[in-house]
Amino acid sequence: MAEMASVAERVTEEGKAPAMAASTVDLAPAKMAVAHLGLRYGDFSALRDVNLVFPERQVTALIGPSGCGKSTLLRCLNRMNDLVAGCRVTGSVLLDGQDAYRFVDVNDLRRRVGMVFQQPNPFPMSIYDNVAFGPRTHGVKRRADLDEIVERSLRDAAIWDELKDRLRKNALGLSGGQQQRLCIARALAVRPEVLLMDESTSALDPISTAKIEELVRQLRERYTVVMVTHNMLQALRVSDRTAFFLMGEVVEAGPTDDVFTHPRDGRTADYVAGRFG
Amino acid sequence: MNSSALREGTARVLFSAAAAVSVVAVVLICLFLFVNGVPAMAEIGVPEFLLGAIWRPANGLYGIFPMIVGSIYVTVGAVIVGVPAGLLCAIFLSRFAGARMAMLLAPGVELLAGIPSVVYGFFGLIIMVPIIRGLAPGHGPSLLVAALLLGIMILPTVITVARNALDAVPRRYYEGALALGADHERAVFCVVVPAAASGLLAAVVLAVGRAIGETMAVIMVAGNQPVIPGSLLDGVRTLTANIALEMGYAAGLHREALVATGVVLFVLILLITLFLNAARKRGGR
Repeated sequence: MAEMASVAERVTEEGKAPAMAASTVDLAPAKMAVAHLGLRYGDFSALRDVNLVFPERQVTALIGPSGCGKSTLLRCLNRMNDLVAGCRVTGSVLLDGQDAYRFVDVNDLRRRVGMVFQQPNPFPMSIYDNVAFGPRTHGVKRRADLDEIVERSLRDAAIWDELKDRLRKNALGLSGGQQQRLCIARALAVRPEVLLMDESTSALDPISTAKIEELVRQLRERYTVVMVTHNMLQALRVSDRTAFFLMGEVVEAGPTDDVFTHPRDGRTADYVAGRFG
Repeated sequence: MNSSALREGTARVLFSAAAAVSVVAVVLICLFLFVNGVPAMAEIGVPEFLLGAIWRPANGLYGIFPMIVGSIYVTVGAVIVGVPAGLLCAIFLSRFAGARMAMLLAPGVELLAGIPSVVYGFFGLIIMVPIIRGLAPGHGPSLLVAALLLGIMILPTVITVARNALDAVPRRYYEGALALGADHERAVFCVVVPAAASGLLAAVVLAVGRAIGETMAVIMVAGNQPVIPGSLLDGVRTLTANIALEMGYAAGLHREALVATGVVLFVLILLITLFLNAARKRGGR
């Protein structure tokens, strides 16, 4: 614990973004943090000197206009950007104080830092096999163990009652909202420590969105959640902390209430008031 | 009638006519086959024709059972040789090879498709048959060589169709697997390949069609004895070879029996395609 806290302090002290300084000193230890993070696609600079902490068991919302770099940052946290040709990352991403780009095995990192995508992406196989894919990947073979993990994960994603009688059916037959909650269950099945959500409700109807927001509020008790959202009301409803991005830089970050009600930067005020973006 | 309606009407007629050509061609070929083949089958007797073990037109014996078995053996052998190699090659090209490697290999595969079958046959006759003869004296042209050669010949079909199917698998499946901590191999073999299963089976269907219909290359290396082969090293005659070998001089009932052989080939291909397509639909669901 002491080590985690020290990471948070270090990031805060080193962080050049002045907006961070006052608000980052949260009592919760940082589960993940990024320090001086920069990212370039060829000549295009997508992120510049980003410093952020993601405290344990809190929901952090990343907001900002399209193309501001918030999804790119999210994809640094589990190194999905590794797949993009010509993408160069500088600075550091820390998970429990360990540099995710240097010391942590990338597959192990992705097991510990799960991700739910914008478009629901269940595999074209049965509901059971979807949820069991992760545990099987990491060596769980016994049928009874898998059964237990599948049930627990679907319960955690609040979709067990809807799906328990059709576990053998193809997951592609589910509605969009069910598919997305199945994807959350699939991500939870490998017992991640952090859950990344990349605009995970933007393709869904309002009722499904409400269900997932409720789910995120419950998940917060056990997981560290980082979510990208275009919906500012969603950030306000669900998140503990908010970071506002503009043109690849963090303009302001802090407790959600502060960011929305007493923004320190004029651009944040304009954005949350809906004046641009 | 205004000019745009007229133009649309003309276009409709033209396109319909173009579409009709292929349908009419299929209908005409079917008609020709059945009109010429079925009476012969009736004259010989359907059980005697399909299940008769002796093909000796000079003596009025028209049993094509050895050729039916021969076609099936050769095709199954070609599938055993060509499909695993072709699928693995497609997976490699689609998911493992770098851009440069794929640029080198893909034209090679296309070139393989462009080689005339008589050249394949020649290769089999000059290279493969002597090797078999060296390994097993007394043998040479055989089921084994035919299966190996056809296995090579179906590779481009399998590779091209399977690769297209794999390339069409949405990226989000692959990313979803990686995001769960799966490595590249597991993501490819446990998510991407199953997601392409329907397309991969289509590749197999086309390959089977190509193998069972191939004539020239098979004639050159298979030995062509109209006898059910007892081992891989025995000669074999396929339905296609039977027609091609004897059509030049056949007359009367002999000639009609060869057309009837074509009918059997046609129905066989139809059955296999229907069966595999049904399997594909069930797997795709």
